[in-house]
Amino acid sequence: MSKNEQFVRFDKVDKSYDGKVLVVKDLNLDIAEGEFITMLGPSGSGKTTCLMMLAGFETPTNGEIFLETNPISNIPPHKRGIGMVFQNYALFPHMTVYENLAFPLKVRKIPKDEIDKKIDKALAMVSLSEFGQRMPAQLSGGQQQRVAVARALVFDPKVVLMDEPLGALDKNLRESMQYEIKHIHESIGVTVVYVTHDQGEALTMSNRIAVFNDGKVQQLSSPDKLYEEPVNSFVAEFIGENNTFVGEVKDIDKGQCKVKLENGTEILANPIRVKTKGEKTIVSLRPERAIIDPKENMQNQHKGKIEEVIYHGDHTRVRVNILGNSQFILKVPNSSARMDIKLGNEINIGWDSHDCRALDPK
Amino acid sequence: MSSETKKILTTDGTPLEESLKKAERKNKIKAFMLVAPLLFFLIITYVFPIGEMLLRSIDDRMVSKMLPKTYVAMEKWDGKELPSEEVFEAFYLDYKILVENKTAGKLSTQLNYEKNGFKSVLKKLARKQKKFTEGNYKEQIMAVHKRWRDVDYWRAIKRRAPEYSYSKYLKGIDMYENEDGNIVQVSEDRRIHRILWTRTLEVAFFVTVFCFLMAYPIAYLLATLPMKYSNLLMICVLLPFWTSLLVRTASWMILLQQQGIVNDFFVFTGLVADDNRPEMMYNKTGTYVAMTQILLPFMVLPLYSVMKTISPSLMRAGKSLGGTPFVTFFKIYFPLTIPGIGAGCLLVFILAIGYYITPALVGGASGTLISNQIAFHMKSTLDWSFASAMGLMLLTGVLAVYWIYNKLVGIDNIKLG
Repeated sequence: MSKNEQFVRFDKVDKSYDGKVLVVKDLNLDIAEGEFITMLGPSGSGKTTCLMMLAGFETPTNGEIFLETNPISNIPPHKRGIGMVFQNYALFPHMTVYENLAFPLKVRKIPKDEIDKKIDKALAMVSLSEFGQRMPAQLSGGQQQRVAVARALVFDPKVVLMDEPLGALDKNLRESMQYEIKHIHESIGVTVVYVTHDQGEALTMSNRIAVFNDGKVQQLSSPDKLYEEPVNSFVAEFIGENNTFVGEVKDIDKGQCKVKLENGTEILANPIRVKTKGEKTIVSLRPERAIIDPKENMQNQHKGKIEEVIYHGDHTRVRVNILGNSQFILKVPNSSARMDIKLGNEINIGWDSHDCRALDPK
Repeated sequence: MSSETKKILTTDGTPLEESLKKAERKNKIKAFMLVAPLLFFLIITYVFPIGEMLLRSIDDRMVSKMLPKTYVAMEKWDGKELPSEEVFEAFYLDYKILVENKTAGKLSTQLNYEKNGFKSVLKKLARKQKKFTEGNYKEQIMAVHKRWRDVDYWRAIKRRAPEYSYSKYLKGIDMYENEDGNIVQVSEDRRIHRILWTRTLEVAFFVTVFCFLMAYPIAYLLATLPMKYSNLLMICVLLPFWTSLLVRTASWMILLQQQGIVNDFFVFTGLVADDNRPEMMYNKTGTYVAMTQILLPFMVLPLYSVMKTISPSLMRAGKSLGGTPFVTFFKIYFPLTIPGIGAGCLLVFILAIGYYITPALVGGASGTLISNQIAFHMKSTLDWSFASAMGLMLLTGVLAVYWIYNKLVGIDNIKLG
């Protein structure tokens, strides 16, 4: 079975609530069948609006959304057959878990014995088989969340939308639920559109991530690519930790550029969003790509002064003042060899020009 | 676990329970002191008057206090034949004191309740007895008026002998204890109270239904509209609430009278002919319209407070799961508002059942309720014990409604805000 690459398609979608500000601008997004795609972005970036348009609770101001090539803008939510998991679970408080799960099946007029079968299966999937007769208020947050997931899946929807479903859970539970949702997705192969502002969650769970900012998709790619190769400075800063230098392009040639920083030093960088000499740029470097006392001949080697050392158990975070940037972070794996990491010491730091990406200046 | 389990001791050796009590005592006293003013207030303004009302409604000592000797003498009388000379003498002596103290009027009113015609014979007796000679009072009294020879009148006096009686309650449901001690209904043309009771229940019921039908959409709008509109709407709901009850009722009188605005409008639009204006006031219609409007906020507010707590995502969830808006509303939204509906209906029904001013002003003859009858007995006939009895019957009705509600919905399911 060949997978439909355009299972869900946003085509030039604009959305405005007040006629003055566009919350979503010219959104074009294809979601493949069976994919787990995450919309990631800060609050107010338009990601939830996109989800609501797909669910049918908001209509696009312009453009069209297609589900299996059918335009759905004019179809009311209850006819779309899209499951949804809400941020606060939205379990019906006056119904038992069983009745909650039966609701989507009953409105579809499915016979009773089949309903029972489907509910048993769905509850087993979230390992809550014994909880059918409980009321939602008698369940813990994590259990309620699992019921919400089961309810969104029990009627075999084509697409399941999840709107920050783990936002209300504590950290440990959140992590285990991330894996659980991921495994459910893998085992039944449903298409999932997931909205979150937690990048860790997005990186762990998704096949692809769409980073939203200011009503636009900034980058759409797999988690590793998003982290390793951010295409602009917003993505670089939003995903993971990031050291930046502000400067101006002095020279550019064959996949390498020379950037003159504000303090006069020149560094070699990988030109991603700069094309000509004289352009302003922000150079981005992941903390773990910078090495202390580089043995080989790395293209960039500079001296920095340690200003802060924070112990994190498995690694140590070191804040260094280097090339006029006092916020430069290093992650040093915890090994007995590194005893010279002390406040005030000067150390040699080096990195590859390929890892340091010259991006747009914002 | 059994009673053999060792008593847990605190570090200094006292039993844990005891030291806990000691530690909590201060807090308990403090808490009691905080509620004490309210408690006393309630006792003085609520428990005491209701107890007083209950006593008054069954207290029948008025006559027996005025005729102490008569009742002592009557104890031996079997009530079949005319009483003996002893009774007549005692009655003469009692009544003489009453006439001298100028309190004879009260007695005649009381006895007249019991049997019509007492007033005039007692008045006559008061005039004539000044000339009575000592001895043979039976003959002398019977000579004053032939009714004194009627054993029924003496039986009527004897019926008032018990210090407590439930006769007022019987009267409240148009029944009485006849001469033979049987409880029977009053003649058909005098059964006014039963009509009033059914009308009161009917009006209270329909006012509750109308209030519910009108308040539900209003409360829904209040709970779902954006803040700036819902605030305005809230003010529209509360503004009448803050206006004096009399003013509101009077404005309904202006609107509903035959030459009033509503009728003018009907005539203007050609809905009714000018010479055939419908009567919308001084009948049940007027009572319904005015009471529904006046009690509406009591339905809107509890409904609103409940609806406010229902997350809009529940409706969305229902729709996303495939429920049509109609199904989603009745399966999900409506059941969640039941605590508010219960609170609102209970509140409106209880208020309506004892409503007084509005029916008095716009109700006319066919639109007055039991409370107007109570007020009538409080103010005009001064039969306070009857008014108390009816008041208590009303209270019992309210408690019954409360009990039924508790059985059906559960009182802990109620939400007033």
